[in-house]
Amino acid sequence: MAVPKRKMSRSNTRARRSQWKTAATVTSTCPRCKAPARPHQACPSCGAYKGRLYAEAIRSELQD
Amino acid sequence: MPTPPKGPRLGGGPAHERLMLAGLATSLFEHRRITTTEAKAKRLRPLAERLITFAKRGDLHSRRRVMTVVRDKSVVHELFTEIAPAMAERQGGYTRITKIGPRKGDNAPMAVIELVLEPVSPKQAVVREATKAAKKAAPGAEETAQTPGSAESAPSAESAPSAPSAEEPAESNEADAKE
Repeated sequence: MAVPKRKMSRSNTRARRSQWKTAATVTSTCPRCKAPARPHQACPSCGAYKGRLYAEAIRSELQD
Repeated sequence: MPTPPKGPRLGGGPAHERLMLAGLATSLFEHRRITTTEAKAKRLRPLAERLITFAKRGDLHSRRRVMTVVRDKSVVHELFTEIAPAMAERQGGYTRITKIGPRKGDNAPMAVIELVLEPVSPKQAVVREATKAAKKAAPGAEETAQTPGSAESAPSAESAPSAPSAEEPAESNEADAKE
């Protein structure tokens, strides 16, 4: 089985991990309550999407 | 018929997937609106719409074909007697999937899949009639095509306030803008 010949230096490890980033979530504004909401999804604060309400589903499924 | 989905089955195998989809379809017709993961909702949609098409046909053979998926007789009865007449005017697109975001615990993207029970919006009907009339009329006689279209739109505009639920999808955007 192939194994590394050398210990990986701290510098190389950290250089690799420096590219390990997270991106900010894209949000848009809910037209009903003006809270930030993800595009193409029901608003998490008021549950509205295209004039329909999904607040109950959000309350029962997403919150503990 | 929709194309078979690519990628792995839901659950542990083809039989398990069939069972899961049958259960989801049964719950959808029983409750009209169910919350599930996006992947399951997307797989359920073609199956559920096919079952509704069978229900709209309404004969014994189609009922037996639905019974092979939905095992609950009372749910099948409800599908044939209540859901199918409500969908009579609609030409496909019987279900609607709305994403509601990732769930706590495993971060799975969740969605609500529901039956579209609202009446077909009068706006769409008017547009369809107008295009039909335009097609029927000769391309040279444009005025004759215009007059039936305008005559059709006037009574439907009057009938719209009497059926507020029918107007809901069309008016929702305006209502949002007002708020």
